[in-house]
Amino acid sequence: MNIDFTRIIPRIPYLLEGVQVTLMIALVAALIGSVLGFTIALITSKKGPLGKLLFLFVDFFRGTPLYFQLFFYHYGLPQVIPGFLPTAYHSAFVIFSINSAAYLSEIFRAGIQSIDKGQIEAAKALNISTWDIVVGIIIPIGAKNVLPAIINEFITLIKETSVAAVISVNEIMRRHTIVAGTTFRAFESLIIVGLIYYTITKTLSILGKIVERKLRYDLR
Amino acid sequence: MIYVNRLNKHFQDSHVLNEVSITFDPHITYAIIGSSGSGKSTLLRCLNGLETPTSGVIKIDDVDIFASKDNLAKARSNMGMVFQSFNLFEHKTAIENVMFALIKVKQHTKEEAFKIASQALDKVGLSHRYNNYPHQLSGGEKQRVSIARTLAMSPQLVLFDEPTSALDPEMTIEVLKVIKALVKDGLKCILVTHEMTFAKEVADMIVYMDQGKILEVTPSDDFFTQPQTLRAQQFLSHTQFKGETQ
Repeated sequence: MNIDFTRIIPRIPYLLEGVQVTLMIALVAALIGSVLGFTIALITSKKGPLGKLLFLFVDFFRGTPLYFQLFFYHYGLPQVIPGFLPTAYHSAFVIFSINSAAYLSEIFRAGIQSIDKGQIEAAKALNISTWDIVVGIIIPIGAKNVLPAIINEFITLIKETSVAAVISVNEIMRRHTIVAGTTFRAFESLIIVGLIYYTITKTLSILGKIVERKLRYDLR
Repeated sequence: MIYVNRLNKHFQDSHVLNEVSITFDPHITYAIIGSSGSGKSTLLRCLNGLETPTSGVIKIDDVDIFASKDNLAKARSNMGMVFQSFNLFEHKTAIENVMFALIKVKQHTKEEAFKIASQALDKVGLSHRYNNYPHQLSGGEKQRVSIARTLAMSPQLVLFDEPTSALDPEMTIEVLKVIKALVKDGLKCILVTHEMTFAKEVADMIVYMDQGKILEVTPSDDFFTQPQTLRAQQFLSHTQFKGETQ
């Protein structure tokens, strides 16, 4: 067996810098995806033509690979839209945001449907505005119900940002390719990369558990 | 006055309300009775717009409640509702349940809202339950919180939709006692109930419904001694109502 970390250790800071990029894409996608996904969920949980259209949109983004979506946006669209030349970051932000909006909207929709209609009726009978019903009742109750699924989705999102390497976004996997290519030490580099990813996702899932415990009013 | 004119409600292929017309005098307490599926809850739910009728008009004084959102909001601000399944906000404590609409709708400060809410909870005998969550309360306590939540908004009229149907006999008595005391204090309400003795005691007028139609609107005392329609006579004999009071 030929394992030698000596050539990889000096490259670890370079690999770690990729964490920033990975987290930035994931964070932007999580934020935009949440807002967009929640809006889509509110619209699709009511009947209406706009809801049907959005459902089709969601279905498409859930039914095609992220890899394809990135390629389509980054390399496909510039061919048919004159002057449209997105940077790698631009493409990554847009596609990861929309993709997670599609997945999150389904989670949020389940969350909204999990809320007992009676409580919403009671709020309506008390003349509470739609805004206050959404903010004061639907979100807090729904959040408790779907938090584990949302945390799960964020973890998936972090792992999937590695796909952005294919359009040359300088995130962790892309850096690994470069390090492995110059040092010929793929195995050692991959061990480091694996540890980095695992640390990030594990931290997130522990944070998620803490938040979940805070939201469980039914256990108080 | 609440004017209900030729109300129809269809759910898929069932005709739940069939040309229902009635005038409710807000100074009088009504009990709507009838067998399950007679449309009594649907009628009640139409009165504050939780159910939209397929056709027909509901006016409160001169205001058509379905003509605009503002009209409906105005109607709801004068009308409270208590549900069979309590419908407490599950993530809020008893006191928060009562305070929520006081703050959001009546624009009270937190301190004012707390004061009004605690008075309302005290009134239904729950001064020791302010900080309990719904899942920590018994059914009877939940229903009393829900009554307090409604009363705190000082409505002119309260709609009770089978307030005891989800409760065991002991809790039923506990909740009925509270409602009786409130009515005695001058609260006006329209109640849908299966408790005949309670209806007789509390209501001035009985509205008897069957298969989506109102068959009679009769003063309470007369209804239980001599119902006008054969159907109502059968209904009373089936419920084995003997006219006794508790």
